[in-house]
Amino acid sequence: MADLKYLFFLGCVIPYRVASFEISSRKVLEKLGVDLVEMPEANCCGLPLDSVDHDSMLILAARNLCFAEQKGLDVMTLCPGCAGTLRKVNKLVQEDKAVKEKINGYLKEVGLKLEGGKIRVRHLIQVLSEDIGYDKIKQAVTNPLNDLKVTEHIGCHVLRPKKYIGFDDPENPVILKQLIELTGAQSLDYMYKTDCCGAPIVGVNDKLSLQIAGDKLKNIKKVNAQALITVCPFCQMMFDTNQRRIEKVLEEKFGIPVLHYPQLLGLAMGLDPKDLAMDQLRVEATSLLNKN
Amino acid sequence: MSDGKVVSETKSNAVTMNDFDCSFKTELSKVAGVENLKFCYQCGTCTADCPIARVCKDFRPRTIMHMAQLGMKERIFEDEKIWLCAACFTCVDHCPQGVDIAGVLRALRNLAVKEGKIPKTFVEIKNNILKSGLAYNIPDIRKRKRVEKGLPELPEANSQEISKLLNFVAESKKPKTESN
Repeated sequence: MADLKYLFFLGCVIPYRVASFEISSRKVLEKLGVDLVEMPEANCCGLPLDSVDHDSMLILAARNLCFAEQKGLDVMTLCPGCAGTLRKVNKLVQEDKAVKEKINGYLKEVGLKLEGGKIRVRHLIQVLSEDIGYDKIKQAVTNPLNDLKVTEHIGCHVLRPKKYIGFDDPENPVILKQLIELTGAQSLDYMYKTDCCGAPIVGVNDKLSLQIAGDKLKNIKKVNAQALITVCPFCQMMFDTNQRRIEKVLEEKFGIPVLHYPQLLGLAMGLDPKDLAMDQLRVEATSLLNKN
Repeated sequence: MSDGKVVSETKSNAVTMNDFDCSFKTELSKVAGVENLKFCYQCGTCTADCPIARVCKDFRPRTIMHMAQLGMKERIFEDEKIWLCAACFTCVDHCPQGVDIAGVLRALRNLAVKEGKIPKTFVEIKNNILKSGLAYNIPDIRKRKRVEKGLPELPEANSQEISKLLNFVAESKKPKTESN
């Protein structure tokens, strides 16, 4: 198999607060033979400005896509928000002439031009499940995490809106579950598994967002999961970084470690927990490590 | 006395013709993504499936869609409700009429911003992007720590080019002074 190569779009929140996701992803992808090309020209994907001004979102996303087209490489992101936004704009420019004209009208001012649809935008979970494939991942698992019972929170923007994403089944997603099972661990089901984590309304109504995440943690606790697995930096922060705040608001202890999927996979591949930035998790996962 | 109170409360909450702003309706309908709003037949699937509505009685997507159809601008903008949508897109996937509900909410937010109604957190994000190209202001110490941990140095984005582009977008939206 030819080595896979992507333009790595890092986004904003990962270098800001979730380095553990980047560290573990780079480590695991390197082991799996994936070549990541840095993207020094990148700016914010645009999503946070969609609420302020839709056209500003379009232009920020478009500028990023221009560099990918120039290099002729598919883009890979760790953040589903970035992936969804870049993918949507890539598709809009390809299919909607009016949008394309409008965007290129702006881009012309700085000497850029966007074709649209020339490259693909991939989220980590697609790179793992579709591009690398289950067989290769299975071969890389040397220390299966048998007896480990975890659960998952896949994250809305990995799946929805269906029209732009077209990945897995948003009503009954199975791919993260299958990826978890490749590590030897079991992924338990729980109530409202596919629901939002509440992170997008942090800053608007914090208490409400903590309540939403807390309700999910309650359901996760009910099935006695030893850890929660995520593939989104915002979801991970919501459940990990904010877990103590949630415990305070709900007056209930959870103590559930929240791992990025590449951390779980890395452990199963026999990588050093330190190299996977396991020590950077707010809710300590040491007990979980000792069990295996 | 108590009767009088009831009457005045009813009066203040009752919807009257004055609540319907036809020009707002027209303005909203021109925004991309809002085209199908008129197809909403108030079935309530959006509210039933909304993870925010489940825990917050003040957020009802169906009600907002109805208010938007009627052009109830003041009532839509009177509190934080349009900013509570998490953009999880569950309603968009489930709407039997193909209404882009999250898109309508986004359009309403854009119009609220035009009127100067914008939550502080979005002002910060916008300023950060104009300054550094990124949504967050990443402290130097964190940039140094990245390198210490063996991660590649965080590149400086071309913030001049980015703010130039965003300014072009803002300029193009200003109402033209000459009449057509």
